[in-house]
Amino acid sequence: MHFISPVLWQFLVKWLSTFPLFPPEASTISIQMDAFFFFLLLVTALGVLIVAAMVISFSVMYRKEKNPVATQIEGSTLLEATWTIIPLALFLVCFVWGALLYFRIYNPPTNAMNIYIVGKQWMWKAEHPGGQHEINSLHIPINRPVQLTMISQDVFHSFSVPAFRIKREVIPGRYSTVWFEATKLGTYHLFCTQYCGTNHSAMVGEVFAMTPEDYKAWTAGSTSGSSLAQNGERLFASLGCNSCHSGEATARGPNLAQVYGSRLQLANGSTVIADDAFLRQAILTPSTHVEAGYAPIMPTYQGQVSEEGVIDLVEFIKNLNSNYRVQQTTAAATQPPAGQGSPVTAGSQSPAETAQKSPRPSGGVK
Amino acid sequence: MSTSLSLPDQQEATLPKLNYLNTEFGLKSWLLTRDHKRIALLYLVTIAFFFAIGGTAAALMRLELLTPVGDLVSSDTYNKLFSIHGIIMVFFFLVPVAPAVLGNFLIPIMIGAKDVAFPKLNLLSYYLFATGGCIELFTILQGGIDTGWTFTTPLSTHYVNTNVISAAMGIFIAGFSSILTGLNFIVTIHRLRAPGMTWFRLPLFIWSYYATSLIFVLATPVIAIALLLLVLERVFGIGIFDPAMGGDPLLFQHLFWFYSHPAVYIMILPGMGVISEVMACFSKKRVFGYTAVAFSSVAIAVFSFFVWAHHMFIMGISNYSALVFSFFTMLVAVPSAIKIFNWSATMYKGSVTFDTPMLYAFSFIGLFTLGGLTGVMLAALGMDIHVTETYFIVAHFHYVMVGGMVSAVMCGIHFWWPKITGRMYPESLGRLAASTLFIGFNLTFFPQFILGYMGMPRRYHAYPPEFQALNVLSTAGASILAIGYLLPAMYLLWSLKYGKIAGSNPWGAAGLEWEIQSPPLTENFVETPVVDHEAYDYEWLAQKHEHEVKTLG
Amino acid sequence: MDSQAIASEPVGPHENQDAHDHPPYLVHHFATIGQQVETASFGMWVFLVTEIMFFGGMFMAYLLYRSWYYHAFVAGSNLLSIQMGTIMTATLIVSSFTVAMGVYCAETRNRKGLIVSLIITLVLGLSFLGIKADEWHGAYVEHHIPGANFSIEDFVHPTDARDIPMAPDEALHTQIFFFLYFSLTGVHALHMIIGCCVLSVLLFQIWGGAYMDGHTSMIQNFGLYWHFVDIVWIFLFPLLYLISRHPLK
Repeated sequence: MHFISPVLWQFLVKWLSTFPLFPPEASTISIQMDAFFFFLLLVTALGVLIVAAMVISFSVMYRKEKNPVATQIEGSTLLEATWTIIPLALFLVCFVWGALLYFRIYNPPTNAMNIYIVGKQWMWKAEHPGGQHEINSLHIPINRPVQLTMISQDVFHSFSVPAFRIKREVIPGRYSTVWFEATKLGTYHLFCTQYCGTNHSAMVGEVFAMTPEDYKAWTAGSTSGSSLAQNGERLFASLGCNSCHSGEATARGPNLAQVYGSRLQLANGSTVIADDAFLRQAILTPSTHVEAGYAPIMPTYQGQVSEEGVIDLVEFIKNLNSNYRVQQTTAAATQPPAGQGSPVTAGSQSPAETAQKSPRPSGGVK
Repeated sequence: MSTSLSLPDQQEATLPKLNYLNTEFGLKSWLLTRDHKRIALLYLVTIAFFFAIGGTAAALMRLELLTPVGDLVSSDTYNKLFSIHGIIMVFFFLVPVAPAVLGNFLIPIMIGAKDVAFPKLNLLSYYLFATGGCIELFTILQGGIDTGWTFTTPLSTHYVNTNVISAAMGIFIAGFSSILTGLNFIVTIHRLRAPGMTWFRLPLFIWSYYATSLIFVLATPVIAIALLLLVLERVFGIGIFDPAMGGDPLLFQHLFWFYSHPAVYIMILPGMGVISEVMACFSKKRVFGYTAVAFSSVAIAVFSFFVWAHHMFIMGISNYSALVFSFFTMLVAVPSAIKIFNWSATMYKGSVTFDTPMLYAFSFIGLFTLGGLTGVMLAALGMDIHVTETYFIVAHFHYVMVGGMVSAVMCGIHFWWPKITGRMYPESLGRLAASTLFIGFNLTFFPQFILGYMGMPRRYHAYPPEFQALNVLSTAGASILAIGYLLPAMYLLWSLKYGKIAGSNPWGAAGLEWEIQSPPLTENFVETPVVDHEAYDYEWLAQKHEHEVKTLG
Repeated sequence: MDSQAIASEPVGPHENQDAHDHPPYLVHHFATIGQQVETASFGMWVFLVTEIMFFGGMFMAYLLYRSWYYHAFVAGSNLLSIQMGTIMTATLIVSSFTVAMGVYCAETRNRKGLIVSLIITLVLGLSFLGIKADEWHGAYVEHHIPGANFSIEDFVHPTDARDIPMAPDEALHTQIFFFLYFSLTGVHALHMIIGCCVLSVLLFQIWGGAYMDGHTSMIQNFGLYWHFVDIVWIFLFPLLYLISRHPLK
């Protein structure tokens, strides 16, 4: 073809020899995903080949010139059973394998480090526990499971990193999670794959997979001065949360120290595990998440706290091991009016609740 | 057990003096007709118009995707283009095309009836469809809509300021057209069959249209109500789908896909009916495993109602409901496999000819097999995570919808064109067009599987440069595909006036529709036929032909 | 299911379907009157199935949000007038009876009876709509129309001593209850309006002497539709007005 146009030839050779046909395998899951993909490809190829073989061979063998007279055949129960059972069996193998993989991708290991992702039209914000914020990029260490806790501030988005073979819808109003463990250093695409409005195709970013040392250096270099928990503490004080959640026996709200991961008895009779989603709901729609023994007096913070603010608060509560600092800030501000609005069953509540403060059961939350 | 059939001599055929096309003239006789055949033609013209609009939008999108940066149109325009393409192609082309055109024309004739059960209702369905279509055109002229055809909430209710309401109302109204058409077909098939036409003597075409109609009747009302709630929410801002006000955006997804997944089978089942007829005719043989093919149609219709949440595997439905829906999706793939194998086996010991409809049928079988098997990939939970919402899924449903259904529609139109118009199209051009369509289609959509696995998201106006080569290939294929559509449009129009006279049965096919003149009389049958043989009984046909030759010749 | 029925019809209907010896109401594409009547009624039943699916979507939404926001739904339900609901239910049940009487009169070719029953049905249908309109107007006055002028005041500071005051964030969810209340009763009322329009047309035709020739499938099918709309209300009444209310005084 090069005699037509040397330029075109050059162009084609260069172009065709450089464009990729397969995404990089950069996470532990991606190897398993690709193995499954090749199995499915095999099944597909087998199916297409069998059908093609039947159609082509019958076309040749029984074309009119060769076989002018058709033989009428009713059908065959044996054959029907064969091509019902064999595909069904194959599909069920696909089903089981696929389900195993699905559960692996959507059930994070307990030792995963957590990064928060907030999606909004049209950008990704990542928040590291140390308080590092990034927009449209995500720095992660390799060889360490990373769990993403994601939420959208407006419409549906979808967080997709093809090189890691992971994807999850980022939904307004509830946390969704996904996890991965990167295995290869490099920079990978990060896409929003759920159509989210005008600049949907600009809602892209990059994932930087770094060595743990580099990641440590990066976190040190891009810190904003305070961690998420510290931001949360400040917010906790400025919203006045500490006036009720002071942890004192006379406080109007429940003690929040070590509440994360514990099992709570709610006023409506149900029990829940205080995970991220529960804490978020309790801040935004408190009256439907009242702990047993407390009056539904907490105002809603819907519209007053952004999703990032909620994340700060959640992260603060997560790391709250004692009420010492809370009480310090409260004392510095105003003295809570004693006796007024004390918990309904304050006396019996506190010890009972402390007794429940068992360490978070492993894997029990998600 | 052998059939020898010599084709009737078509050279001396003449157009019948009286037929449904020339009983009455004038615009009024068409616009107010109650004849199911004329209504089918009204639909054909209207739907072809919508296909042209949807196709133009697709062509512009493919042109835009030639380069990685958004340079031909703005991202806003691009979003409007794919929304229009989706809405028009799904609701105004794929859903109505086979039932309203081929079904309307053929169902009454195939079962030996003079018309559908409710002819006035049939005309009303057409006008509802046309009204919905006009509202959709109005939407486009008003500046379009950019929600995509899926109307995802809360994007469509609170975050875009395009014409969501009129677009949704257009679909709402056209939905009633679907419901009434389905109702008409169900009642017609139950009550209007000719004497002796028992359920198991029905052509498989009727079985698959019956299954389609069940879905029409049971699923379409649900999207009607979902869109109604969407419009109310958008007008009043109440928040039934808005999480900020306590609503659940996933509820809309459930209601939407409760219709829109079965709707996929509305689109493909009629195509399967067409392929059954064509495979039998050009193999001159009864369809292999008639009962299995018939029941697999009904099985698809029934299972189709239990798989909708497989569109939501990554949306945070519970892991266990994901299991159930994945399982049912695997089950629904089986009846399709049964059909494919039975069609292929129909050719075994047949006497196969390769006329244009048969080529389209081959194209259907090949493309639908690939489309269906990639569907199994998407149904496998783990794989779905990686390939959903990418070009992989775009390629998958285009293999089923365009590769499968459009091939089947072209196949059906070519197969029954002589019956509809009384004239033949140029056969060699027909074969050329069928091959062009097949090649163009594969060039367009096969690269998209690779793009999808590499992770290119769907609905992207601009994309990373490493995806360009495959996108260029895809656009190049699309231009071949466009020729594959334009060519038939031209020679079919040409054949209206200059085509060879077809005669009543140019293919030597079995079936009641081939027993009557082409084009048929307005009342189809001079005498109500009495059916005393199975469907696709080519021995009966050969004997009848022999008998005619003896008595007349 | 019915191939026997058709096969047992006289074979070769074309011969005995001479242009002159069939009744004028036999449409050309049916072989016999029996076939025509069965077709029409079967069509009506299929239509009612689609209607069930249509309402089904909204009932689904009702069930979901009821289980999410139980207290808000109870509070919303408490504000609906059970007396009005009962009167409306009674109106519709009686109208179902009169429409059934109408069908009977049409079959027995009792013109006067038919007209009287249908007029009573129409009056009952219109009074149902009237009461409904009054109820909606009441909701407007009390600021219970979502999206238009909704106020949570009645739920945060209830006037009825038996109601427990709700927190504002929970009270907001009563808006979803009222949205579903308005869409369910609104779509139902739309069906009633269509029913009343059809009924008026039928009455006009009967006034002109129609349906006295024994061919009453139009009246019968209208009766089916009317009963269906009543049955929908029989589900709406308990779901919206009755269940989990606080006890009557």
